Amino acid sequence: MWVGVFVALGLLFFLARFDNAWILDNVGYIAGGLQFTLFIALGGIVLAVLLATLGALARLSANPVAYGVAGFYVSFFRGTPLIVQMFLLYLALPQIRTNLVDRYPGIPAELTDPLLLTATAAGTIALGLNYGAYMTEIFRAGIQSVAAGQGEAADALGMTYLQKMRKVILPQAMRVIIPPTGNEFIAMMKDTALVSFLGVSVFTAEMFRRSQLVGKADFKNLEAYVVVAGLYWALTVVFTFFQARLERRLASGYVRVPTAVGRTRGGAAV
Amino acid sequence: MRVGDVTGSDVLVRVEGLHKRFGRLEVLRGVDMALHQGEVVVIFGRSGSGKSTLLRCVNFLEDPTEGTVEVAGYRLGGGHRTRRKREQIRRLRLHVGMVFQQFNLFPQLTALDNVMCGPMCLPGAEDKDVRRRALGLLDRVGLADKADEHPIRLSGGQQQRVAIARALAMQPEVMLFDEPTSALDPELTGEVLAVMKSLATEMHMPMLVVTHEMGFAREVADRMVFFHEGVILEEGPPQQVFGATRHPETRTFLDAVL
Repeated sequence: MWVGVFVALGLLFFLARFDNAWILDNVGYIAGGLQFTLFIALGGIVLAVLLATLGALARLSANPVAYGVAGFYVSFFRGTPLIVQMFLLYLALPQIRTNLVDRYPGIPAELTDPLLLTATAAGTIALGLNYGAYMTEIFRAGIQSVAAGQGEAADALGMTYLQKMRKVILPQAMRVIIPPTGNEFIAMMKDTALVSFLGVSVFTAEMFRRSQLVGKADFKNLEAYVVVAGLYWALTVVFTFFQARLERRLASGYVRVPTAVGRTRGGAAV
Repeated sequence: MRVGDVTGSDVLVRVEGLHKRFGRLEVLRGVDMALHQGEVVVIFGRSGSGKSTLLRCVNFLEDPTEGTVEVAGYRLGGGHRTRRKREQIRRLRLHVGMVFQQFNLFPQLTALDNVMCGPMCLPGAEDKDVRRRALGLLDRVGLADKADEHPIRLSGGQQQRVAIARALAMQPEVMLFDEPTSALDPELTGEVLAVMKSLATEMHMPMLVVTHEMGFAREVADRMVFFHEGVILEEGPPQQVFGATRHPETRTFLDAVL
């Protein structure tokens, strides 16, 4: 089936005078953006996991302040478009800085300069904030999926709240959390393309920005976007493979017959 | 507050005027009891009579609605849990081992890691020492050869014995058993009861045991306590409870389970 589709597509491209030589010339440059794409995606997912963990614990906590702040966070970052959040961080924050400095000239630069983000940093942080909000709900559901008796057993052993979470609850919640988080990561790798709208400098451009640059310059939009689409696709295929391995590994302790990768002492890696 | 051994008595657990309400349902309606050094008390009664709730109040898995619980020098009541009180409850729990009906072993850890994880949470714990003691405890419950297995690969009886070792690893002053054999197939209860009996007879471990195992009670208990509708209706040594039952409710219950 897939082979048929590829043959049909290949034929179509051939008829459309697909320029293979141009691709060979430019694929290296476009793929050179891979490091920035991956950097943004990894930075984004690390931030998102951190925020989602905090957000979920806050949503489950009895502390009204933590609960309220987390609720606001989830509502805002799920309720506004990712691209708007990127522009807020990249273009709106510097204006806050300008106005603050105007008003309070004595304010030290170390306090205000962090508001000036590079396009890559703004994009990464926006991705982390946005996905963290969605993942807060995933993490909350994962934590709640752990049987109540597990928390009671940890309590009965005199564990502190943090010990209970770190050693007992979160490792078990991970089993539930990892599959949807993998999906979020795949989605995030593709959403890194949005960073191109922030006008990233040519030297740190991720893949999509590069494909735009060379595609437009040479009027080779077809080739450029087909190449970049293929690169994103390959990336997600590779990642899906590793995700499946990780899930098998997390299943240790839940299957009676150990699998080759499932026999690791201590089970879940957090 | 930590009151210490004020009376110099040998009371390890003292429950006074305990009430527990879940919404409008009053599960405990004024319970007073004490557990003494080296004593094994079996708590029995119908399901819903409040016996498990009492046990869970002793280590504050449930908050008493009224009354106090005194364990290991900590005397605490119910009500709002401030940060200070949460810490006191945690410290109290360090002196109390608990074994659950559903075992509640940590499925992601091996048997050995299950036993080690409590002590390893204590400040200054040395992996080597804890491991040695944990292996000793697994040996004690007859499962040294299962140290590296995950709970799912163990039978129910083996899981419960690991759970006992896990509780003992904290070197508790008191053990609580909440229907430890009720979730087990009948042929597996014996191995768990044997371990519990050895705790009582060899280690003289004070224990509060909620169970329907009347054979175990007759053999091991120093005292039996009959719960009925949230109060203690009758208590005494096994010979008396079995042989000279005072209360007709107790008699009815015993006739039903024996």
